Amino acid sequence: MKKILLMTLFGVAFHAHADRLPMPADAPAAFISECSSCHIAYQPALLAADDWRKLMAGLNDHFGTDATVDRENAAKLKSFFERNAGSASRLGDAGNPPRITQTQRFVRKHREIPARFWRDPRVKSAANCEGCHPGAAKGSYSEHDISIRELRE
Amino acid sequence: MRAIPLVMLLASLACHAETPQQIRQTYVAEAAAQQPGFAPSAKRGETLFRQRFTNNDKMPACTSCHTDNPMHAGQHAVTGKAIKPLAVAANPERLSDPAKVEKWFGRNCKEVVGRACSPAEKADFLSYLSEVR
Repeated sequence: MKKILLMTLFGVAFHAHADRLPMPADAPAAFISECSSCHIAYQPALLAADDWRKLMAGLNDHFGTDATVDRENAAKLKSFFERNAGSASRLGDAGNPPRITQTQRFVRKHREIPARFWRDPRVKSAANCEGCHPGAAKGSYSEHDISIRELRE
Repeated sequence: MRAIPLVMLLASLACHAETPQQIRQTYVAEAAAQQPGFAPSAKRGETLFRQRFTNNDKMPACTSCHTDNPMHAGQHAVTGKAIKPLAVAANPERLSDPAKVEKWFGRNCKEVVGRACSPAEKADFLSYLSEVR
């Protein structure tokens, strides 16, 4: 009992500083081949299941791009997102169309970043996680790894 | 039981590696069926690569994301993601998967040019990317 309690406590503590979002092991091949060409393959925990459903329903106009995938892959991706989506209550509203960068969690985590850094050519867009977090594609968003030195201090 | 080797054969066909020349040849054959005597031209391919279109303000040309030099790495004009070089000489992974080549012609011609590219344009473009140094 004591052991379980301790594990739970550690689990909670770790969760509170969750700047690691490892890629779930059950990612279908299409997740990398289809979703990581124009941007990194954003970890499914970054959006809630309902928001992933909305995104999948609108791939023909995905932020101005036709990102349609075939039916077989669409079904695999949909179930992958549903299995691994983040918690709607912890992420907050993502807007419509849903954007990771509009979730309250993202906004809160980035509220100290001055506007000029978002326009920096190394960053270019808030969608470009790797502009500051070089390990983003591998799920590492630690503040200590930020590649823009001025932001680390 | 007999069906298994067939399934394996189909699976291998569905995702098979080809050389850039083989991939280009498919488009050359299609183009020649439309225009007898068609021969691909790297020069016309380069012109297409550099041409500016009026379909998309953020991405008016191939060069918007792929830079003026296909030997160089690019950056997605909207998301900022790094893009590996297009030229086979700089990136040997390029033009090795026919399905991938066709998928990106499909997406990028629609998005940048504003229409599907013709088989002749695709053959020219692949000639340019295979030959550029």
